[in-house]
Amino acid sequence: MSESAPYLCVTDVTKKFGDFTALSEVSLLVNEGEFVCFLGPSGCGKTTLLRAIAGLDFQTSGRIEQAGKDISNLPPALRDFGIVFQSYALFPNLSVKANVAYGLENRRMPRADINRRVDELLGLVSLADQGSKYPSQLSGGQQQRVALARALAPSPGLLLLDEPLSALDAKVRVRLRGEIRELQQRLGVTTIMVTHDQEEALSMADRIVVMDHGCIEQVGTPEEIYSTPATPFVADFIGAMNFLPGMASAGHVQIGKAGFIAETPTGLVGKPVIAAIRPEDIQLQGVESGGGNVVDAVIRSMEFLGTFYRVDLKCAAFGDVDLFADMSPNMVRRQNLVTGKELPVRFPPELMRIFPGRGA
Amino acid sequence: MSAKDSAATPPLKPVLGRDDWIMRLSMVAIGLFLVVAVMLPLYAMLSKSLEDKDGNFLGLANYAEYFATPALFNSIFNSLSIALISTVVVITVAFIYAYALTRTCMPFKWVFRIVALVPLLTPSLLGGISLVYWFGNQGVAKALLGGESIYGPIGIVIGSCYWVFPHALIIVITALSISDARLYEAATALRTTRLRTFLTVTLPGARYGLISASFVVFTLVFTDFGVPKVIGGNYNMLATDVYKQVIGQQNFQMGAVVSVVLLAPALLAFFVDRWVQRRQVALLSARAVPLQPKPDRRVDIAMLIFCTIVALLILGMLGMAQYAALVKFWPYNLELSLNNYRFDLMDGGGWDSYFNSIRMALYTALFGTVIVFFGAYLVEKGRGFRTGRMAFQFLAIVPLAVPGLVLGLAYIFFFNNPDNPFNFLYQTMGILVVCTVAHFYTVSHLTATTALQQMDAEFESVSASLKAPFYRTFAKVTVPVCLPAILDISIYLFMNAMTTVSAVVFIYSTDTTLASVAVMNMDDAGAIAPAAAMAMMIAYTCAIARIIHALLSKGVVARTQAWRGR
Repeated sequence: MSESAPYLCVTDVTKKFGDFTALSEVSLLVNEGEFVCFLGPSGCGKTTLLRAIAGLDFQTSGRIEQAGKDISNLPPALRDFGIVFQSYALFPNLSVKANVAYGLENRRMPRADINRRVDELLGLVSLADQGSKYPSQLSGGQQQRVALARALAPSPGLLLLDEPLSALDAKVRVRLRGEIRELQQRLGVTTIMVTHDQEEALSMADRIVVMDHGCIEQVGTPEEIYSTPATPFVADFIGAMNFLPGMASAGHVQIGKAGFIAETPTGLVGKPVIAAIRPEDIQLQGVESGGGNVVDAVIRSMEFLGTFYRVDLKCAAFGDVDLFADMSPNMVRRQNLVTGKELPVRFPPELMRIFPGRGA
Repeated sequence: MSAKDSAATPPLKPVLGRDDWIMRLSMVAIGLFLVVAVMLPLYAMLSKSLEDKDGNFLGLANYAEYFATPALFNSIFNSLSIALISTVVVITVAFIYAYALTRTCMPFKWVFRIVALVPLLTPSLLGGISLVYWFGNQGVAKALLGGESIYGPIGIVIGSCYWVFPHALIIVITALSISDARLYEAATALRTTRLRTFLTVTLPGARYGLISASFVVFTLVFTDFGVPKVIGGNYNMLATDVYKQVIGQQNFQMGAVVSVVLLAPALLAFFVDRWVQRRQVALLSARAVPLQPKPDRRVDIAMLIFCTIVALLILGMLGMAQYAALVKFWPYNLELSLNNYRFDLMDGGGWDSYFNSIRMALYTALFGTVIVFFGAYLVEKGRGFRTGRMAFQFLAIVPLAVPGLVLGLAYIFFFNNPDNPFNFLYQTMGILVVCTVAHFYTVSHLTATTALQQMDAEFESVSASLKAPFYRTFAKVTVPVCLPAILDISIYLFMNAMTTVSAVVFIYSTDTTLASVAVMNMDDAGAIAPAAAMAMMIAYTCAIARIIHALLSKGVVARTQAWRGR
């Protein structure tokens, strides 16, 4: 990825709680200035990994290096990071200014410098005029911005964000994620954010680390993760995906009674596979029945979801398996889609993904 | 991902930072305080009960002797039956009283709430003294007993009920306050009768609170020493037996045996109660809608009458003690005077004992609050060191199971031993403070723990990331935020230090006589009116402390209103 040495190296980190393995030999490199998201369902180990990097809960074994220094067994006070929690964790009895100054006061900085730095940071998070208020007098979004300013005040080498937006309203969340991303790029601080919200991860991260059951499933840019998911789990967790069981042969996959051209990994030829295609990748405009990669379908039901319709299709060739396709309201109107309508649909070969099937 | 065998990678050895060291060492220090103040004395007492007078090991011979002496082991049944009867009476009355306060629209609720808590201000002895004036040989209402004597089981039950009532009431009020209005709405929607709603919703909801209150009352009465000492007459109870064996007959071994017998049911009740409470947590975790009582004339008036009677009984006890204290010569000269307040003319240590008590209570409140709160903080907010923290948690819970009398006697055995390096504490103010802090440690510790648990769990993580030493965050954030709970702990320790008799009765010296002990000694010497006067001095002191505490708390909240917000 980069020519210079990575800023953070996580090597074979394992965390056990008694018999339960929360992290299983996780290894990961993070470059300087990068924004990385740990994404996964609850209990996947993403927060455990973040807390191990912070030194808040030590890993059972494994090595963590930051800026070329082994920090594996150092207490948090001897590491270099700032952290923001879902709960804000602002000191309730200290004013906004005092909260932001808290970390600076521990560095024997002259008072005037502290004040200047606090004003600068409050300006950065657009709270310049709120300095003398107490946290309980601010809205959730404002409180989280104070927490961000407090974490950034001592200019840490690493910024850790533990589900920072989860406690906020949907609108505030969208606005704040843009602000955090912009601030991060402006300051160039290496940042790791934990989230279970795929939209957050896709919109903010340089790279996403998808985790499940204490293991890393895939690491990649948002585009890579979305368009070329490495495993069915990633495909399912990020965005929506149709999974269709079938048999693979070279350059071809048989799903029920229908055959499709697809890129089949050589290792899977002659084996049961799962063919995957995203609902929005299914074509129906200009599709002729009997054409290549085309299958006949009937609309069973349609669900209006605001920006698009999710259409539940029944394909006789597939047997019992349902197929979902996302259609814009525009398309639905133009094609006059209604429940019960029969229509051919096409799976573009380059947009199909083939995964190993059960028993493969 | 590497395919290395995980067994090959060595387990991580975390480096401890300066904070970790300071926190762990402090916790070990406070833990050692509890070991010295509770565990070692108990051990000394247990071993004493297995020895003869010269310190030779006897095995269970003392216990054999105890159970072969009917005069001694009959006390077990006496103590059990008194405790059981008192429990039934107190829990029934406390439940109705608490129901009236929480579930009806009875007027003057705040008055009844305050009156019910009055017994907390007084030593348990005061109830006994009042009963002497009401129903004793020269009592004003002696005829009401129909020839029965107040000196014995009747007096003990009434006196016990008086002083344990607020303890039960607080728990039952809490239990009744957390019921869910939606259950009652559902019951009404299903056209359930009021009685059936009461039996199927109200009672089960308060079940664990009632059980918990029952154990508290049972243990308090079973181990109480003050009431049977004053009003028990020749009716033997375990607690008075310990006192008689030790102070009367100087038979320390037998005193230790009786103490162990006294400790056993208290321990049992303690563990059953903890088990019950653990189940209660699961029951109440759901978010409930608070119930708003609706006016119901018949019920409200009935409750008003009931609560008025209870409140008058409580005030009657207190009022009689005050009246008797002011009367010149009961019952022959009922003129009022302050003669009975000339404590320096009587046994028991005079006014010195009163001021000693205040000093002792202030020290206990000061040092106790500091130790308890800091200890609770270290347990709650420390990182790692799980074994140490669990051991500390256990040490902090044990004192609740140890009756004061047992603790006091154990202190004689432990601290009076010339080989003990802590022997220098014996017969000082220091040992009284240590003993009282240890005696009331658990409730204070739980109060602190609850307050600390309500704080954001990540404060410590954030301050570590900001390179703030833990003590800075402790002083700048934790203590200010927990100040109301800290004040609660100090008033709790102060009032208990003022009123306790049981633990300190064995370890005060002529230089450190205490007011509550003076009450007992003056009563013993027949100077009942001065005893009542001293008991009332304690009550007034506690009342003043309570008022100061209320003002301080109000001040704290007002001063911090800006950030407490909402």
